[in-house]
Amino acid sequence: MSGQSNLELVNKKGIRLGGRKAGELRDIKIEAGVLENADGSAYVEIGKNKVRAAVYGPRECHPRHLQNPTRAIIQCKYNMMAFSVSDRKRPGPDRRSVEISKIIAEALEAVVLTELYPRASIDVYIEIMQANAGTRCAGLTAASVALADAGIPMRDIIPSIAVGKADGKVLLDLNKEEDNFGQADVPIAIIPKTNEIVLLQMDGNMTREEFDTAISMAVPACHEIYELQKDALKRRYAAAMKEVGADE
Amino acid sequence: MNRVDNRQTREVVVPGDLLDDSGLRPGNGTYVLDGKIYASRLGVKNVFSGTVSIIPLRGRYIPAPGDMVLGMIADIGPSNWLVDINSPYPAPLHVNEVPWKVEFGDTSRFLRIGDTIMAKILMVDESMKIQVTMNDSGLRKLEEGQIVEIAHSKVSRVIGKSGSMIQMIKNMTDCRIFVGQNGRIWVDGDADDVTVAVDAIKMIEREAQTSNLTERVKEFIESKIKPEEE
Repeated sequence: MSGQSNLELVNKKGIRLGGRKAGELRDIKIEAGVLENADGSAYVEIGKNKVRAAVYGPRECHPRHLQNPTRAIIQCKYNMMAFSVSDRKRPGPDRRSVEISKIIAEALEAVVLTELYPRASIDVYIEIMQANAGTRCAGLTAASVALADAGIPMRDIIPSIAVGKADGKVLLDLNKEEDNFGQADVPIAIIPKTNEIVLLQMDGNMTREEFDTAISMAVPACHEIYELQKDALKRRYAAAMKEVGADE
Repeated sequence: MNRVDNRQTREVVVPGDLLDDSGLRPGNGTYVLDGKIYASRLGVKNVFSGTVSIIPLRGRYIPAPGDMVLGMIADIGPSNWLVDINSPYPAPLHVNEVPWKVEFGDTSRFLRIGDTIMAKILMVDESMKIQVTMNDSGLRKLEEGQIVEIAHSKVSRVIGKSGSMIQMIKNMTDCRIFVGQNGRIWVDGDADDVTVAVDAIKMIEREAQTSNLTERVKEFIESKIKPEEE
């Protein structure tokens, strides 16, 4: 992508800047139900990314002309907070965040059973509190946990991760430096049950072979994240369930 | 067949979890893919007489015909009212569906914006167009008392097995209570008693997922009520 530097992103032993190997994820932390007033919410940390997602609805769709008489629509708003990057990010929607909002909404529409709620709207708000490459993936990962937490019927939970190329090597889950000085960034989201791809973009260049390697690295990584997502939801609700039994 | 009884198989499931592939029938909150049944929403797995379904833990109230709900008047038209029933859809109440004789354009003399009514869901069609009615025994405009809002998924717990929980609260606190399926509960009675009843309902909502709740609610109300009664 843009920028040249003499920074060595991957050393001779194949170890990356943060000490990871090519196919290794950053540390991931997922929590469900972090906001009191949202119908559903989630908090995700992927490395230095810190992301919060809130879901409201299904609720009456405003403005009315957006309503679809046969299904619910998903309205997503991806927003980077002013302090999320080292240079202050000018607040408000811009070309980039409008695009990300759209692709995330479309990815979520692939799993949510929208036909159950005609004319309604499901609103997803994603706030990036700290950004370090791969925020759209972290945002989508958080949003799908938040949707499940809101009790919205869906076929599956979507995990998402970026793969890319830096120093000529295909790497999983790029960090800021690899993203800035690398050659390609490919965010991917899948439906784990069927391995369908619901989000795929590519910024930069890769050969066909590198792309295939990238996909084959991302899919198992997505399944790994999927387990963490399910675990986050179960952790939140299992505690109260332990004693369930006789009564009722 | 070694199918375990539903009481033992209770577990939290999330969307996409495999529920069954041995020939049970799919129920609420499930979907079928390649002949296997999966969960479509967050909830508790429930197997009952050959059907596997999900008891939702979260989610908005979706009206079903016959549900008794508490609604608030949100808007007035010349021949109908719009009732907010805490669901994603507006619920019109037509003048023919109220127990009064209303002249055209005279709707605001009977129900005004903000008034609370007891209503029954008359009809819900496939495009989620709703109609509510007040033409049923006991349905009326509420003039006094207090409204508590809880998650609608906890309503069945407040009512209890064949009404045992709500009957106990009514008897012990000496309050009049109406539980709407949409999670709104109306409580009326002596001010102190109402406070106890409301606290008890909130306790049920908080601890809905625990066992022996009826017993603990009973103890809770006893501890609050005793000082005044004796």
